[in-house]
Amino acid sequence: MTAAWAADEEPQTQNIAHNDDVVRARQQVRTLAQRCRLSLVDQTKFITAASELARNTLVYGGGGELRSGLVEREGRRGVAAVFEDSGPGIPDIDLAMTDGWTSGGGLGLGLSGARRLVDDFVLDTEVGRGTTVTIVKWAR
Amino acid sequence: MAKQGTGSGLVGLLSADEGSLADQWIDSVVGSLKGRISKAEVGRELHELYGALVEALRAGGTDAQSQEMSETRALLTELSRNRARQGFTPTETAISVLALKRVLEPALNGGSAADVAAYLELGRLLDDLALFTLETYARAREEIISAQAVQLMELSTPVVKLWDGVVAVPLVGTLDSARTQVVMEKLLQALVETGSEQAIIDITGVPAVDTQVAQHLLKTIVAARLMGADCTVSGIRPQIAQTIVALGIEFGDIVTKATLADALKLALTRSGVDLVTRGGDQR
Ligand SMILES: Nc1ncnc2c1ncn2[C@@H]1O[C@H](COP(=O)(O)OP(=O)(O)O)[C@@H](O)[C@H]1O
Ligand SMILES: [Mg+2]
Repeated sequence: MTAAWAADEEPQTQNIAHNDDVVRARQQVRTLAQRCRLSLVDQTKFITAASELARNTLVYGGGGELRSGLVEREGRRGVAAVFEDSGPGIPDIDLAMTDGWTSGGGLGLGLSGARRLVDDFVLDTEVGRGTTVTIVKWAR
Repeated sequence: MAKQGTGSGLVGLLSADEGSLADQWIDSVVGSLKGRISKAEVGRELHELYGALVEALRAGGTDAQSQEMSETRALLTELSRNRARQGFTPTETAISVLALKRVLEPALNGGSAADVAAYLELGRLLDDLALFTLETYARAREEIISAQAVQLMELSTPVVKLWDGVVAVPLVGTLDSARTQVVMEKLLQALVETGSEQAIIDITGVPAVDTQVAQHLLKTIVAARLMGADCTVSGIRPQIAQTIVALGIEFGDIVTKATLADALKLALTRSGVDLVTRGGDQR
C-alpha cells in the first residue's frame, strides 16, 4: 500500500471470478469515489482504471480479489483499490506497460492507460507467484 | 435377495392404505403452498407421482438415480420447473416430496421392525428425490434468469430509424461482449432492412468507456463500414472524452459528435438532405 487505509473503516473486498464481478468491482469503486468527493472527471478516470485492472485480474490472472477503500496521507483523502491475483505473473513488465502491447486480443492499453488515469500506480508481480496492482486517486 | 425384500417392504408401506396416504400427502402439500395452486392441480401432480413411485419400487428400484425411477424423475422435473416458473421458493418445492415422509411417520408407531427398516429406506430415497427436485429447481431458475437477461439485452438496445436513411442505437448501461454482439447484429440488420447508409451510435447512457468497450465500439463501426454505412459516435460526455484520451484510445478517422442532434444533422447533410431554417428563426 502506498498509504494507510483510513483509520475509521475497513477496506471492502470483492471476489473477481466472473464477468459480472468486473461490473461489481466498478460499482464498488464508484461508490467510494463518490464518497471521497472526487470530481466527476476523476471519478470516471478512477472507475475506468479499476475496470481495466479488474478485467486483467480476471482474464490474465485467472481471477483474484479487489480490496478497496478510502485512504489518508498527510491529511489528504483518497480512494485506493488493490487488485491481487495468484496467476502466472508478468514476465516482462516494461513490455506489458507498453502502449498497444497485448498477449491476448485486447487493445494493450489497460495497464499503461490505467497508470495515466490515476495518481499512484504500483505494479508488483512475479512469475509463478501472481500480480498485485495498487491504484490511488487523491481528492483535490 | 434382501434388497428385493426391502423393495417390496417399501411397496407395502406405500400401498398399505393407498387412498388415504395419497390424500393426506396432497392435503399437506396444498396447505404448505397456501392456496397458490389449486388442490385439483396438486392432486393430479401427486397422484401421478405416487403411481410412478410405487411402480418404480415394484420394479425393484430403490435408488433415486436408477433406471426404474426415470418416470418419477421426469415427473419431478416437470413439477420443479413449474414451481420455479410460478415463483415458489425452494422450500415450497422440496416439500412436495418431503411431505410424504411425514405422512408415513405413523407407520413407525407400532410398526414391525421390518416396517421401520422400510420407512428408513424410503426416507433416504425421498431425501434423494427431494435433492434431485431442488437441483432441477435451481437449474430452471438459472435458465429463467439467463433468458430474462437476454430479453433485457434486446430490450435495452433498440435500433431506431431517425430519418430516411439514418438509423441510431442509443446505448444505455454496461457494454459487455454479449451485449455488443447484440448491438452489432441489430445495427447491421437495421441498416439492411431500412436501406440506410448513415448509422449513429449514441453513448450518452454508457457510464464508462474502458478499452474493452472501445474495442467493441470500433469493431461495430468497422462492420457497419464494410456494409457501406457511415458511422458517427455521439454523446461522448466531457469526463468520458478525457478518460478516453488518457487511456490512449484512438478513434482514428471515426467521426464523433457531442450530441445526438449534432450527429443527426451531420448524417442528414451527408445523405443530401437540405436543412432549411425558415426566416426569422435562429440557426
Ligand atoms: N494480472 C495479470 N497477470 C498476468 N498478466 C497480465 C496481468 N495484467 C496484465 N497482464 C499482461 O499485460 C498485458 C497488457 O495488459 P493490458 O495493458 O491491460 O492490455 P490487454 O488487456 O489489452 O492485453 C496483457 O496482455 C497480459 O499479457
Ligand atoms: Mg487489459
